[in-house]
Amino acid sequence: MTDDRRGTVEPRGTTDRPGLAVIGAGPAGLAAALAAAARGVQVTLVDAAPEAGGQFYRRPAAGLGARHPRALHHQWRTWERLRDGLAAHIEAGRVTHLTDHHVWCVERESGVLVVHALLGPEQEEPVVVRADAVVLATGGYEKVLPFPGWTLPGVVTAGGAQAMLKGGLVLPGRTAVVAGTGPLLMPVAVGLAAAGAKVAALVESADPRAFVRHARVLAAHPGKVAEGALYAAGLARHRIGVHVRHAVVEAHGTDRLEAVTVAALDTDGRVRDGSEWRVPCDSLAVGHGMLPHTDLAETLGCRLDGVNVAVDDEQRTDVPGVWAAGETTGIGGAVLSLAEGRIAGLSVAARLDSRAPEPSSYARPANTRAGLREFFAAVDNVCTPPAGWAERIGDDTLVCRCEEVPASAVREAVDELGAGDVRTVKLLTRAGMGWCQGRMCGPAVAGLAGCPTTPSRRPFARPVPLGVLAREPGESP
Amino acid sequence: MSNSLTCDVVVVGAGMVGAASALYAARAGLSAVLVDRGPVAGGTTGAGEGNLLVSDKEPGPELDLALLSGRLWADLAAEPGVAGSVEYEAKGGLVVAAGPEGLTALEGFAAAQRSAGVEAESVAAGQLHDLEPYVARGLAGGVLYPQDAQVMPTLAAARLVRLARTAGASLRTGWTVTEVLRTASGAVRGVRTPYGDIHAPAVVNAAGTWGGELAALAGVSLPVLPRRGFVLVTEPLPRRVRHKVYAADYVADVASDSAALQTSPVVEGTAAGPVLIGASRERVGFDRSFSLPVTRELAAGATRLFPFLAEVRAMRAYLGFRPYLPDHLPAVGPDPRVPGLFHACGHEGAGIGLATGTGHLIAQVLTDRTPDLDLAPFRPDRFPDPSPEEGS
Repeated sequence: MTDDRRGTVEPRGTTDRPGLAVIGAGPAGLAAALAAAARGVQVTLVDAAPEAGGQFYRRPAAGLGARHPRALHHQWRTWERLRDGLAAHIEAGRVTHLTDHHVWCVERESGVLVVHALLGPEQEEPVVVRADAVVLATGGYEKVLPFPGWTLPGVVTAGGAQAMLKGGLVLPGRTAVVAGTGPLLMPVAVGLAAAGAKVAALVESADPRAFVRHARVLAAHPGKVAEGALYAAGLARHRIGVHVRHAVVEAHGTDRLEAVTVAALDTDGRVRDGSEWRVPCDSLAVGHGMLPHTDLAETLGCRLDGVNVAVDDEQRTDVPGVWAAGETTGIGGAVLSLAEGRIAGLSVAARLDSRAPEPSSYARPANTRAGLREFFAAVDNVCTPPAGWAERIGDDTLVCRCEEVPASAVREAVDELGAGDVRTVKLLTRAGMGWCQGRMCGPAVAGLAGCPTTPSRRPFARPVPLGVLAREPGESP
Repeated sequence: MSNSLTCDVVVVGAGMVGAASALYAARAGLSAVLVDRGPVAGGTTGAGEGNLLVSDKEPGPELDLALLSGRLWADLAAEPGVAGSVEYEAKGGLVVAAGPEGLTALEGFAAAQRSAGVEAESVAAGQLHDLEPYVARGLAGGVLYPQDAQVMPTLAAARLVRLARTAGASLRTGWTVTEVLRTASGAVRGVRTPYGDIHAPAVVNAAGTWGGELAALAGVSLPVLPRRGFVLVTEPLPRRVRHKVYAADYVADVASDSAALQTSPVVEGTAAGPVLIGASRERVGFDRSFSLPVTRELAAGATRLFPFLAEVRAMRAYLGFRPYLPDHLPAVGPDPRVPGLFHACGHEGAGIGLATGTGHLIAQVLTDRTPDLDLAPFRPDRFPDPSPEEGS
C-alpha cells in the first residue's frame, strides 16, 4: 500500500479540472467514472471492495484460477470493456481508484463535497476525499422476509448464494431450494445447478399471469423476455421444478437445515389449506427483491421518492453537486445502472464546465433508462410478497437477528404499547438497533406493524470510531 | 364520522409527560383519554436520553419539581415489574471539573443545591477513578449526585401509558386534534379529531414542542419553541461508564439563552450496553437535517472525558427538539385565560425527569386538591401576549 492512498486526496490532482468523486464501483459507478473521465474530468472512484465490479461483476479471487461464469457471458463482455476502460484511465492518470475504502458519510461544506471513508478491512484509519461533484452509486441490498426457521444454518439469501458462487465458487449446500419472489431467483437457481448442486425446487410466490396486465411493457422489451426465456431453458435443462404461486412457509432442522415446507397460495396470497408438502434440502436460498442503499443521500439531505433517491433527467439529486445512479435511485439491474451511470457522468462533465449537457449526447442511455424503468416497475408490481406473510411469522421467530428480537415483541409493541411505525417499534424492542441498523429487519418490522417500508435515517452509513469522528477533516491524529 | 366519546379529561400528547398525566389522572379516579397524532413517544420523548436529573438544576421551582419527580419515579420503580421494563437505573450523576476555577464554581453550585435538599458529595481528584475507572486523568475534581437516575424514555412512556390503561384510561394514537371545543362562555368542552369529537370538561396540553400550536387552538398564546439536540449512540459495550458523567460547563449551557450551537460532553452507559453521548443545543427551528460538525464536537468532547471512547464506534446518531419556554421553566397547571385548559409542556430537555411530578400536580389540580408545589412560577400566562404588530 502506497502512501498516496492515505490522508487527503484531491481529485483535481495537478490539473485545474474540477473533480468528481464516484462512490461505488459497480456498473453505475464505473459507467459514471468512465463517462466523466473520457471528457477530461479528474475522477476519484471510491469503493469498499478490493476490486472494481460491485456485486454484479463479482468474480472469484485471482488465486482460485476460475474460468468465466458461463451463464453471464453476454454481460461478461460489457465487464471487460469497463475493466479495460478503467485500467486505461488509471494509466492515463485521469482516474484514481481507491479500493477497500468504506464511506461512512458525505457532507457538503461551502459547496465542496467531502467524502469520509475508513480504510479497510479494519476500518479504523480515516481517508477524506474532496470533490466538486459526487455521484452516489451505492447500489442496493437484499430484502428477506422472516418465516419460521429462517435463522437455521443453511438458509442463505438468494443474493448471498449468488455471491458465494461468483466470488468463491462455493456451493451453499448439495441440495438446494430457491424461494421468495423476484427476477433474481431464476439466475440463482440456474447458477446453483450449473455449479453442480441439485436444485430441488424453485418456489416463486408471484403469479406470472399477473404480467399479462403488463403485456404492453413486456412486448416492448423482447431482450428482457429473451433473458427470461434463457433462464427458463436453463431451469428445464437442469430439470428444476418451478412452483409459482407457492411459498416456503417453514424451514425445518435441529442444528441446521434439513427440509422446508412448501405450500400453495390462493389468489389472495393466503396459504391453501392442506397444500403443504416437505422438500428435503440442506440449503435454502431465499430473497424477496432488493432495496436501495440511500443512507449517504439521506444524510446529504437529498429528497427521496419512496425508498429511492429522487433524481432528474440528468440523474441529479436536488442537492447541488450530488448525482445518483443505479440501484440507489430504484432497483433495476445492471443494464439500467450502466445507462444511469453514463448519463450521470456526462452530466457531471458538462455541469462542471458550467454548461448543460446536450440532450442528444445521452439520448441512447436515456432511451434505455426509460424502457427499463418501465419494465422494472412492472416487475415490482408483480413480485410483491404474498398477502398474509406477516401473519405467518411465528411468535417465537426472530425478526431482528442482531438484537434477537422475536415477532412476539414486535407484536406486543404494536398491540399493547402504542407503536404504529418502524421507529417506535425499534425504540420499544431494539429491533433494528444492532450491527446492521435495521437493514435486514426493516421490511419485516414494517409488515408486522402494518405500515409501509420507509427508509430509516442512518447518518453514519457504517459504524465510525469516535476518535475518527472527533477529528476535523485533514487533521492528523 | 359521528363517533363521540365522553370522559373527564382529554390529555393531548402521548409522550412522557402526557403518559404520566394520564396515569396520575386515572389513578385519581378520572376517566382519561390520551390522544396523539402519531404513535406513543413519537416526538421529543423518543429522541431523548431519559435523564432524571437534579444535578443540573439550580435551587428554585424547577429543582423543587425535579426532587418531587425523583421521589415519584422511585415510587413507580418500586411497583412490580416497572423498574425492569423501563430500564430504571438509580445510578447517580458525576459532574467533573477540568481545572481549579471550574471546580470552585461547581462546589459553590453544589453547596446551594445542598441547602435546597439535593444530595451532593464532593469528590477529590484522587477519588474520581474509584467512581469512574475510565474517566480522563488530570481532572480537578467533581461532585457526585446520587439522586440522578435514568430510564429508557420510549419504554418509560409506553409502560406508563400501559399502567394508565390498566387504571382505566384509554389511548387513541394517530388521532390529530384539529380543534379545542369550547362553550359559549369560552370554557373547554372537549376536542375535535378526524375520528370524532371527544367531550370532556378538561383538556391537558402535553403536546411538547407543539404545545404552542395546541394552545393556539384553544385561543391562547404559549411561546413554546424547539431547541435542537443530537445524541450519539455507540456500539454495545460491557459497562465502562457507571454514572451519568458530564463536564461542569453543561449546567451553564442548559441555562443559556444563546441561539448559537453549544455542546458540552454528557456521557452515560445504558442498561442495553450502548453509551449515549450528548449534548448539543441549537435554536434552528424544526430543521431535521443532519450536522456532521455537531456530532464531531460531541465526539470530541466525549473522547476528552473518556479517552477509551476514541476506539469505540458510533453506530448511529439521532436528533430531537427540546420544547422550551423563554424563561426555561415549563408551563404546568390551569390556564386562567380558558377555564378547563391545563398545560403540561415546555420542559425543555428535562421532560422525562419532570414528567412524574408534572403528571401528579396536574392530577391534583384536576381533582381540586391543593398541589404539592406552588404552581405560580409555572403559570402558562406569565408571558406577554404577542403584540399585534408581531403577528401571531
